[in-house]
Amino acid sequence: MDLVVEGVCQRYGALDVLRDVDLRIASGEIVVVLGPSGCGKSTLLRILGGLERPASGRVLLAGAPPPGCLNPLTYVFQDFALAPWRSAAGNVALPLEHLPMSAAERAERVGEALMRVNLAEFADAWPRQLSGGMKQRAAIARALVVSPAILLMDEPLSALDAQTRELLLDDLLRLWRETRFTAVYVTHNLAEAVRLGHRVVVLSRRPGQVRDIVVIDTPLDERRDGHPALIEASARLWSLIRDEAAIADRELVDDA
Amino acid sequence: MTPDGALRPVPFRGGGFAPRRLRFAAPLAFLAVLALWQAATSLGWIGPLALPRPGEVVAALVDMAASGELWRHLAASLQRFAVGWALGAALGVAVGFAIGLSSLARSAALPLVSALFPIPKIALLPLFIIWFGIGEASKYATIAFGVFAPMAIAAFGGVDGVDRGLIRMAQSFGVPARDIVAKIVLPGAAPALLSGARISASIGIILLTAAEMIGAQHGVGALVLAAGNLMQTDRLIAGVLLLSALGLAIAALIGLAERRLLRWR
Ligand SMILES: Nc1ncnc2c1ncn2[C@@H]1O[C@H](COP(=O)(O)OP(=O)(O)O)[C@@H](O)[C@H]1O
Ligand SMILES: [Mg+2]
Repeated sequence: MDLVVEGVCQRYGALDVLRDVDLRIASGEIVVVLGPSGCGKSTLLRILGGLERPASGRVLLAGAPPPGCLNPLTYVFQDFALAPWRSAAGNVALPLEHLPMSAAERAERVGEALMRVNLAEFADAWPRQLSGGMKQRAAIARALVVSPAILLMDEPLSALDAQTRELLLDDLLRLWRETRFTAVYVTHNLAEAVRLGHRVVVLSRRPGQVRDIVVIDTPLDERRDGHPALIEASARLWSLIRDEAAIADRELVDDA
Repeated sequence: MTPDGALRPVPFRGGGFAPRRLRFAAPLAFLAVLALWQAATSLGWIGPLALPRPGEVVAALVDMAASGELWRHLAASLQRFAVGWALGAALGVAVGFAIGLSSLARSAALPLVSALFPIPKIALLPLFIIWFGIGEASKYATIAFGVFAPMAIAAFGGVDGVDRGLIRMAQSFGVPARDIVAKIVLPGAAPALLSGARISASIGIILLTAAEMIGAQHGVGALVLAAGNLMQTDRLIAGVLLLSALGLAIAALIGLAERRLLRWR
């Protein structure tokens, strides 16, 4: 299933946040959206998944979701969005509970999803007992349990420390090898962008516009630190965003 | 200044502002009060008409327990409190959720609830007696009415404080709205509901006592008032102790509910 974005604009009152965003996300592809903070990345992602209406433009789905898919457009949030009153397993079960499904099948799916993120032994732990990395892995398990067609990931690693981020990045790459999921991956982190992105969409600072799209041909499996193609892509991306980032850094945050 | 190279410890500036519980202190405090009471009454600092001796209060309690009078008063009070509080809390939570979830209810009902909140509810007992008679119904209504407003405001605040990110998360998985209320909003508001229960329970006890003093044959409030009229200070103090025990028991129940329901915190 493909996701097509046509001329999406968004504004909040007098604040222009997104301007004329056109994109097509193809099945099996990870599209990274890179841009300085405040440029409208989260806004774009909310619009992509139907959590927010754009001021103009539209978002379309092309093709049928794969068989067995329970929630085609599925989010992974920066702050994990785990219900603190539910155990890890309870959080993973939440998106299944309103679906017609036997308790046994639900338990089996939840167990399998937790296994895939190496969290099986923490199924009964409360979120407050989990480390940041484990919380995000629980949230990823919750996304996987509905067999999504397209994952919408909003800076999923930004709340984690550098080492945990590295580990989770490896986990995401392994999961992609196993399932070839489609994803829109929002980040402001260059390293994540070149490790995960088949294509990197560079947004300008607010109002967010597509400045450029950098295609990285190197297969995800072959991407290592220091790979020449990645260094080149990084340099290219940095030259695209550094001026924007410098200006964005000097803006007042709440001039909205 | 000390000469170069001389070592001296860094002065300690932290500590304090972290009171701990000292186990022996609470029983000691109770004993001290009892001893003072005993001394004041037996040494004649306070006359027997003003304050009975501790032993006389205990004797009054034992007497009333033996004659069954104690249980009659307690049962009457407990029933009034339970029915009145449950009615008011249920209504308050329902209205509070409506205010927290719907624009119409927020615009229409919130000003109403805010206007009701400051009325001392006991002022309405005469009206409720006209409406419902002198029997139990007017007492239930007074207590329920007093419990309603703080509970509604606590529920509304709790719903308002629920993490919107969690609600968006549930929506993003296609969870139906009523499931979102049951599985996200309700547990998210639970801490506020429980603290609302604490506040409304103490208001409920005040109203219970007042209502029983105004028109009741049985009940701890009636016991206290009757004892006062007859200058039976031993029975009067016994009744006051019963009210304290009642309040403590209710607070303990709510504490138990908090520990069970909020284990995740
Ligand atoms: N619901 C909203 N109402 C008003 N302003 C908003 C809203 N959501 C986001 N904004 C503003 O839009 C801009 C882009 O926000 P966001 O999409 O979160 O940026 P990013 O995720 O790229 O950091 C910011 O200036 C933010 O303050
Ligand atoms: Mg963001």
